[in-house]
Amino acid sequence: MIGALVIVFREVLEAALVIGVVAAAVEGLPGRGRLVAAGIVFGIAGAALVASAIGAISRFAGGTGQELFGAVVLCAAGLMLAWHNIWMAEHGREMAARLKSLGADVVAGRASVAMLLVVTALAVMREGSEIAMFLYGIAVSGVRTIPLLTGSVLGLAAGAAVGLVLFAGLSRVPLQRLFQVSGAIILFIASGMLARGIAFLVQAGYLPPLVPQVWDSSALLSGGSLVGRSLSALVGYTPAPSLMQVLAWLFSFAAIGTLMLARSERFAARRAEVAN
Amino acid sequence: MTRSKYLFPLLGAVLALAGISAAAAAPPQDVPLMIRNQAFQPRTLTIPAGRTVKIVVTNRDVAPAEFESNDFNREVVIPGQSAVPVYVGPLKPGKYGFFNDFHPENTGTLLVAPERR
Repeated sequence: MIGALVIVFREVLEAALVIGVVAAAVEGLPGRGRLVAAGIVFGIAGAALVASAIGAISRFAGGTGQELFGAVVLCAAGLMLAWHNIWMAEHGREMAARLKSLGADVVAGRASVAMLLVVTALAVMREGSEIAMFLYGIAVSGVRTIPLLTGSVLGLAAGAAVGLVLFAGLSRVPLQRLFQVSGAIILFIASGMLARGIAFLVQAGYLPPLVPQVWDSSALLSGGSLVGRSLSALVGYTPAPSLMQVLAWLFSFAAIGTLMLARSERFAARRAEVAN
Repeated sequence: MTRSKYLFPLLGAVLALAGISAAAAAPPQDVPLMIRNQAFQPRTLTIPAGRTVKIVVTNRDVAPAEFESNDFNREVVIPGQSAVPVYVGPLKPGKYGFFNDFHPENTGTLLVAPERR
């Protein structure tokens, strides 16, 4: 039971952390809860589909289908987060000001709706497909399934609880600061996702690693540990990354960060114009 | 007649080129790894350092397994009763761990041996 609990918890944790952050980052978006719920439903449907088609996915592109799929999903989610962050850099402060004066029924924009829905669905699909395959394995192995299923449910609950705690914690951040704080966290999440997406392309041999291992911190912080997994979801932590992955992270971070700063300055300039 | 005059040298050149390129880019060696009852057989694989090696992971179970390594960054689901190629390396000599993420108690060791000169 403990084994199943730990396995499911670890998978749920990664998705829950991402969902907790993005849900908090769209404070004031009407129907936020329903959008997250819809994203989770789409994600579960996608996870079931991926799990049942894993044979076909594996055989695709000379046996590199799984890597391609992982790369596409991570890069899509990463780009979605990056786009939202850049958009929010310009509109976030404006929204914060309006939210404070008008209350929670302010339209936060379609960017936030799409981001919340898609990123939630992709996160659930990615981690959920592994849970689905693990549970399928339990079902066909014929061992005592009740303790394993109990463990899985507890793991799911525990993972979801961590996401909720993160969401609740971020929601307590004052509105003026919230968009800055969540923007910073999302900048790290997006860079990590894009870099891990690129790492999948290296794994499949589509990109050269340049240097296979730039450093090895697995003795310090194992990638399989809970902290390691959490940092993997939040900043893209990998114990022994290739140079290509490190460069992809740095490039993503610099590119998204620069665009955020540029947009934020454009907003400030416009504000100054209006004030004059 | 003019055609056949050039045909053989041309053919020879093509064959020679093919031979050279085949020797230069030696295809990655296939290393078999079996999964039975969610455990690896053998538990230890030995591969040469400094080159890409194709590990063919064959899952004999009905249940899927996941070949994963934090040490050499691989994460591949092996569906039930199928084989999936996993390209590894080039790695430096040393010991690298891998495990079945769906049954993490089942581990294995990749031994990367220094290349003989």
